[in-house]
Amino acid sequence: MSTNSNNEQSGHNEGYNFAYLDEQTKRMIRRSLLKALSIPGYQVPFGSREMPLPYGWGTGGIQVTASVIGPKDRLKVIDQGADDTTNAVSIRRFFQMVADVATTEKVLEASIIQTRHRIPETPLNEGQIIVYQVPTPDPLSKIDPRESETRKMHAYAEYGVMQLTLYEDIARFGHIAKTYDYPVLVNGRHLMSPSPIPKFDNPKMQDNPAIQLYGAGREKRIYAIPPYTTVKSLDFDDHPFSMQSWSGCCSLCGSTTSYLDEVITDDSGGRIFVCSDTDYCNDRQAQLLCDEHSEVQT
Amino acid sequence: MSYVAVKGGERAILNSQKLVAENRRGNPKVSELSLDQISEQFGLAVDRVMVEGSIYDRLLGALALKQAQGDALEAIFLLRAFRTTLPRFGVSAPIDTGAMRVRRRISATFKDIPGGQVLGPTYDYVHRLLDFSLAAEVSVGSAEANAAEEALDPTMPRVIDILGQEGLIEEEREGGGEVFDLTREPMTFPAGRDQRLQNLARADEGFLLGLAYSTTRGYGGAHPFVGEIRLGEVLVEIEPEELGFPIAIAEITVTECQTINQFRGSAEKPPQFTRGYGLTFGHCERKAISMALIDRALRAPELGEDVRHPAQNEQFVLPHTDNVEANGLISHFKLPHYVDFQAELQLLRRLREEHEAAKDAGATQ
Amino acid sequence: MSLRSSHQFSTSPTLKPGLADPIFDAQSVFRAALSANAYPGRRVSIDRALDAPQPLATSTAMLCLSLMDLETPVWLDRQTAAGDVPQWLRFHCGAPLVERAVGARFAIITDTGALPHLNEFYAGEIQYPDRSATLIVQVPSLTEGPTSVWTGPGIRDSASVRISGLPSWFWSDWDVNADHYPLGIDVFFTSGNALVGLPRTIKVEA
Repeated sequence: MSTNSNNEQSGHNEGYNFAYLDEQTKRMIRRSLLKALSIPGYQVPFGSREMPLPYGWGTGGIQVTASVIGPKDRLKVIDQGADDTTNAVSIRRFFQMVADVATTEKVLEASIIQTRHRIPETPLNEGQIIVYQVPTPDPLSKIDPRESETRKMHAYAEYGVMQLTLYEDIARFGHIAKTYDYPVLVNGRHLMSPSPIPKFDNPKMQDNPAIQLYGAGREKRIYAIPPYTTVKSLDFDDHPFSMQSWSGCCSLCGSTTSYLDEVITDDSGGRIFVCSDTDYCNDRQAQLLCDEHSEVQT
Repeated sequence: MSYVAVKGGERAILNSQKLVAENRRGNPKVSELSLDQISEQFGLAVDRVMVEGSIYDRLLGALALKQAQGDALEAIFLLRAFRTTLPRFGVSAPIDTGAMRVRRRISATFKDIPGGQVLGPTYDYVHRLLDFSLAAEVSVGSAEANAAEEALDPTMPRVIDILGQEGLIEEEREGGGEVFDLTREPMTFPAGRDQRLQNLARADEGFLLGLAYSTTRGYGGAHPFVGEIRLGEVLVEIEPEELGFPIAIAEITVTECQTINQFRGSAEKPPQFTRGYGLTFGHCERKAISMALIDRALRAPELGEDVRHPAQNEQFVLPHTDNVEANGLISHFKLPHYVDFQAELQLLRRLREEHEAAKDAGATQ
Repeated sequence: MSLRSSHQFSTSPTLKPGLADPIFDAQSVFRAALSANAYPGRRVSIDRALDAPQPLATSTAMLCLSLMDLETPVWLDRQTAAGDVPQWLRFHCGAPLVERAVGARFAIITDTGALPHLNEFYAGEIQYPDRSATLIVQVPSLTEGPTSVWTGPGIRDSASVRISGLPSWFWSDWDVNADHYPLGIDVFFTSGNALVGLPRTIKVEA
């Protein structure tokens, strides 16, 4: 079943406010979201609350979703691209319980998509909102853990150190050896962590028609990319940004363009590759079946 | 095609929750713990989860401990997630520990002090021998302590205030202005004293203890003196605007520790003693002393001392004290990371190929 | 902050009500504001009803009730401050009202003829540009003013926008605001039950 509007196992929990957060907290987060959209890629500090799920497990994304979601919404939750990974299931159940919200696995049916580590393969539309769970919002914190320093670098757009770090890779390996959480420059001004999505997904952020919101609960930061905004992955003229690619295709749906996960199938190291985006893969498998079926009929 | 993608996350979660419930209850033939039993007989455990969970409610603390199978960090997390849903009505007046109904009060700096040394309940002089009589589950004799011949002074001046009269110790300044609320605003640096103390009060006891220990072993600070530790009950008062006078809303147990540290003086200030301050809900002396030491260590920049050691560095200490945050991120590594791992796997294979190729090229040359 | 009780404000018989459904009205209005800010220049309607106090339009009043509270100092222009709005705002939002525009997180302007210059509002700090003011500027019409062409994040290519009632200097002030990016104020234009967002990133040719 890909959609359901009411989960008999959970049911709305009367003991808590709609979507768990109290209205005052939602207002504070909503104000932060509006400012985040006004300054694309800038991390807005916000009064993150403790949630009933642990920090690091999506509390930032959950707080953003809880502040945005309403009864008319349909929510999709993915982790590693999949709707059925345990943490995605757990977060979806949380919203069914505290907001009694309709859910879906279909990208195009969802008004809000909360994600960890992936952007769906299916392009998003105007009006859709994608909420990213972010563990480490500041790309500069790996270079200097002192917030007082990184805050200055952001204030004056002093991003030379980041560029230098990437260049050290080139000097050593001949190419940039960063594969995920690959830093981007948003609207030509703010350096931003795209969250730990593979760099394969980075180009999807650029000029996306949807609203992209990022929540980091433990680090208490919210940021955003408005629709149709320039999002440039850092690179060099002589070493342009490049994405991962696979020589094979998905063993289930045959896709040659999606992000593939490696699955080990036996003790002797046998392995296959399958789409990380389960909704996309299921759709393609259904389409293949359909095509085969119609071929038989004709 | 034999491969079928893994499914059934939801059922696995529900079953896992049932297993937790089963483990929590343990052998059903053993009688179940009541919250009163936990609150009364595991009082120090309840105190710890109240202070780090930032909510003063013994029964909730007991409930959290029961639900968490006695795991303090899990219980603290439960309390935090609950308290975050509570509305904030206002800010209390500062509690007056000088007016504390004291049950224990000691000073390490003076042999005798006005009001006297009051040992009270402490493990300090108990020999840590397992008491097998407790295993019998039947009280042997009366556990009642003897009453003192004279009642304690109703008010006991704080030891540090006595030093203050001579000007030997720095003056305590009124902060004034609106008090920062760590539970509603993110921290900013440099952190004010209100931010620092709130953070330390909620901090993980073990982390503070280790850090405080480091300051005494060459990683910052001088030898501290415990000016005073006091344990007892204080009133919590609020002053509603429409009333214009304070009303007491609760009596709570707190532990307060004030340490005295040497300060060699600077161009502006004469040599004098400086303070470190620790305060906890309930009876948590280890935490209160550690907090006071770290409070003092973190005052290094304010006092013109070099910041050379971890415990003096507020941007190191304050963001890492909270065990709900720390435990969250550390345990999140258990979550699936296979998308990123795949990316790293691919990179590693490529780097190894390039390494081999470079080696081969080197060999043929 | 001290304990705050709504009883201290005598509820005058003329005091207009707040949101009929405080949870879902606020959510719906916020989503409209989010859309307006994400897609600048587009007119976004609010499909919720409210009996707003004079001189506020429905959308102006709805934004106030959904976004303001005791943590957001609010500045009102003279026309807005003259009627029931101050009491209404204090009662429903608990928002502190400030005398000087520079101290406000939100400013409500209903008389665009008396709009202060934009540099009188707080533009944030270089390390915290999010602390700047948001202006809610109520105008006669969002569709029948002089044409201006907007470009920037949230707009594919460009948007043609017709806000009416703005003072002649408004867009040159706006250029200056944009020059200070990432500092800067953000604006919501309101009229009737609709709003248009103008975040600081938007360049306007008037």
